[in-house]
Amino acid sequence: MLKKMSSVPYIVWMLLFVIVPLGIVVYFAFTTQDGGFTFDNIVQISKYTPVFVKSINLAVIATIVCFILAYPLSYLLSRASANYQRTMLMLVMIPMWMNFLLRTYGWMTLLENEGLINKVLEFFHLGPFQMINTPGAVVLGMVYNYLPFMILPLYSIMAKIDQSVIEAAQDLGCNSIMVIIKVLFPLSLPGIITGITMVFVPSVSTFIISRMLGGGQNMMIGDLIEQQFVGSAYNPYMGSALSLILMVIMLVVMGIMSSFDDDEMEGIVI
Amino acid sequence: MKKAVSRIYVGLILLFLYAPIFVLIVFSFNESKSRSHFTNFTVKWYRELFQNELIMTSLWNTVKVAVLTSIIATVLGAFAAIGMNAMKKRGRSLMMNLTYMPVINPEIVTGIAMMLLFVFICTLVQWVFGIRLELGMWSVLIAHVTFCVPYVVLNVLPKLRQMDNNLYEAAMDLGCTPLQAFLKVVIPEIMPGITAGFLMSFTFSLDDFIITYFTNGSTFQTLPVTIYSMTRKKVNPQINALSALLFVVVLLLLVLMNVKQARDGKKNGRDGR
Amino acid sequence: MKLLKKCSALLASVLLLGTVPLSHAEAAEQVELRVYNWGEYIANGEDGQLDVIEEFEKEYPNIKVNYNTYATNEEMYAKIKSGSAQYDVLFPSDYMISRMISEGMLEKLDFSNIPNFSDIMDSFKNLEYDPTNEYSVPYTWGTVGIIYNTTMVEEAPTSWDALWDPEYTNMILMFDNSRDALGLTLKKLGYSQNTTDHSQLDEAAEELKKQKSVLQAYVMDEIFDKMESGEAALAPYYAGDALTMMAENPDLAFVLPEEGTNRFVDAMVIPKGVRHKKEAELFINFMLETRIAAANIEYLGYSTPQKSVYELQDEEIINNGISYPSDEYLEKCDTFINLPEEENNYMQTLWADIKASGSTSVWELIFLLAVIVGLGTVTIVYLRKRRAQR
Repeated sequence: MLKKMSSVPYIVWMLLFVIVPLGIVVYFAFTTQDGGFTFDNIVQISKYTPVFVKSINLAVIATIVCFILAYPLSYLLSRASANYQRTMLMLVMIPMWMNFLLRTYGWMTLLENEGLINKVLEFFHLGPFQMINTPGAVVLGMVYNYLPFMILPLYSIMAKIDQSVIEAAQDLGCNSIMVIIKVLFPLSLPGIITGITMVFVPSVSTFIISRMLGGGQNMMIGDLIEQQFVGSAYNPYMGSALSLILMVIMLVVMGIMSSFDDDEMEGIVI
Repeated sequence: MKKAVSRIYVGLILLFLYAPIFVLIVFSFNESKSRSHFTNFTVKWYRELFQNELIMTSLWNTVKVAVLTSIIATVLGAFAAIGMNAMKKRGRSLMMNLTYMPVINPEIVTGIAMMLLFVFICTLVQWVFGIRLELGMWSVLIAHVTFCVPYVVLNVLPKLRQMDNNLYEAAMDLGCTPLQAFLKVVIPEIMPGITAGFLMSFTFSLDDFIITYFTNGSTFQTLPVTIYSMTRKKVNPQINALSALLFVVVLLLLVLMNVKQARDGKKNGRDGR
Repeated sequence: MKLLKKCSALLASVLLLGTVPLSHAEAAEQVELRVYNWGEYIANGEDGQLDVIEEFEKEYPNIKVNYNTYATNEEMYAKIKSGSAQYDVLFPSDYMISRMISEGMLEKLDFSNIPNFSDIMDSFKNLEYDPTNEYSVPYTWGTVGIIYNTTMVEEAPTSWDALWDPEYTNMILMFDNSRDALGLTLKKLGYSQNTTDHSQLDEAAEELKKQKSVLQAYVMDEIFDKMESGEAALAPYYAGDALTMMAENPDLAFVLPEEGTNRFVDAMVIPKGVRHKKEAELFINFMLETRIAAANIEYLGYSTPQKSVYELQDEEIINNGISYPSDEYLEKCDTFINLPEEENNYMQTLWADIKASGSTSVWELIFLLAVIVGLGTVTIVYLRKRRAQR
């Protein structure tokens, strides 16, 4: 009994600071400026459809790119010598530990019209290319910031795959593509699921990356919400409604993703 | 051939990860403010950085919050995990859902929800007690603890599950009081989980921007918030100097940790991990 | 165990260090004055100029200034209105002042604490936004025009239309705030910038949505870097800041469009329920001191509403046609006035729509559909297969 009691402070804390705030958001989402009940905020959201479409698309592209980059890398890592593994993992982690605003700022310097990349291209008589303030730059920012979130879960699951399983498949006549499809892929599925969620969720709701690399032109759901609370179009009622919809999208994605997981959610491995 | 391809591939990814960081570091020594022409070598931006009161205060604020957050979150989370472990399946899964909520919720939603709550608390306090309360360190601290606790729980819980419950009983049989048994048997068993949770809370709190941005009120600035406001104004190469310094600190910490880990690994035998 | 000890030691040191300066502060009765100003809007000691905040703290050692900045009136308004931030002195523009007055957000000033107010020119007293002049003290004024890079734009633009010119696609910057952006668009269309006619506002919003295809970015303070380094060719901005940029990069030039423009006044105000009203008034008074105001004006490049400061200005600045435009031109300008609350809300919604607008192309829709269908199929197939295996 005593043991169970020890989680009471936690329960109280979480109810107070997780459930109650979300309750306030829901309340605001259905309230007018004068305090009356309304569905108007939710209905109004339909006019922001392009923003939602764009956010989801960019986040999906970023997730796919992250996956394509990270999957082979994680595999190579998991088959390498222990020392190599340790060093490489560290190399992947270091940028993650630096503040993401600084790293994104670094990309700003690189991508500008007068930035370093265009200067180098100019040297070879190429360009200049408009790179910053494009959707492509936003995707690049997302990939850059969230790539480690894809590599780490993929690597940790692949490190557990026994080399002999792969060899057995080869002995039984699988070519490398078949090995990937029939052995590697199914065995690494939990890592893939975790990786996808961990890249998609922050990507779709970011407002900093689109602000810094998208020039305020490539608006995402996050920008829209931020703008309604502390930005140039103060309207917390609308902002709450938008947050509510964003949460619903997340829940749907998480629901789909967790249906792939056999066990009860295993905890996000970092 | 295959090896060469994979080497190039790994090299390209590393280049991608480090290019912007190195550019920042190189240009932190640039005398002019330009971000594409390197004129002359200088360390004046570093000097200015250390004289920049705003940056130094926010650095101090950041550390303060991170230390307090990780301590509170660790205590709260460790006890919660012990309690959850003793629960029946239904209660536990309910608790798990509660725990996952801040983890899966987009940060911006957590941020604005917290902001609305804190503003509400402020008006309530003013109304009931007539005391003027405003957002500041307390609100940032509460917000940080809230998004860090789940990670402590998620790290400690598996360790508790691995632990043999008989150990605790055995200690009691051998004459320990429940408190002694808890301190001498349970805590050491789950220590790795607690440490991991503590470190994660510490780094998450140190690095958080979005949630702090919404809950910091008017005067309490943490380093990431200050950096953000700096990136929105005229170029200030102090940012580059700051990046370079942070990079070196992170590098040193990780190398130290790794060396220690490698040494421990050797001590415990080949497959110590 | 060791770790725990270390932690408690750390905690103790944090608590100790945290309390030491506090008790010290109480002893000296230190007052913290919070100032919330536009970015790049005060002389900060750069290039050997006066550091105004430092000067103030030197003169009033018991007051510690906590200085923060915002990028737009609307951002400042959101922070104050939402209750998430509290300040002692603000620097809103004309229309925002009257909006805040009408919403009861400002404190009446005690002018006996601001004797330097007598230095303000009569033409800047009792202006429309604060007709009885009880709430605000003018800080600077200026106009909005087009700043452009002469190496990229051959012919000097004469009209707001230049900001829609497809020849400069991806080289144009635009205001990242609703009132300025809509205001100049209304001027371009030949309407009053204070219109409350929804059809005119809608038309302006449509124009702004069209403009997105030629825009490089929406900016506020970021403009300094982008124009100075040649990132962009054209942008509308405040005259004073344009002068600052022109001093950095001699290729830049500034014009006032023929349609007329917005003439603004930024003033200092004190928000309702402020903690240190007296100190805030001291600060405002200090900002009006001739040497301080002159340093600010020199650093900012904005125009001054103060007699003594105007007399100190160089001939060159007075005659540059930018800081103090001719009276005929000023005839064509008007000042933003506050609009009824519904209009403000309407404008905010319009602005959110403009920023969010962007047609969804067919390809984007197809891509999204493909993703949804693909994900759905994979899930269903996977679930069936798993069920079959059991």
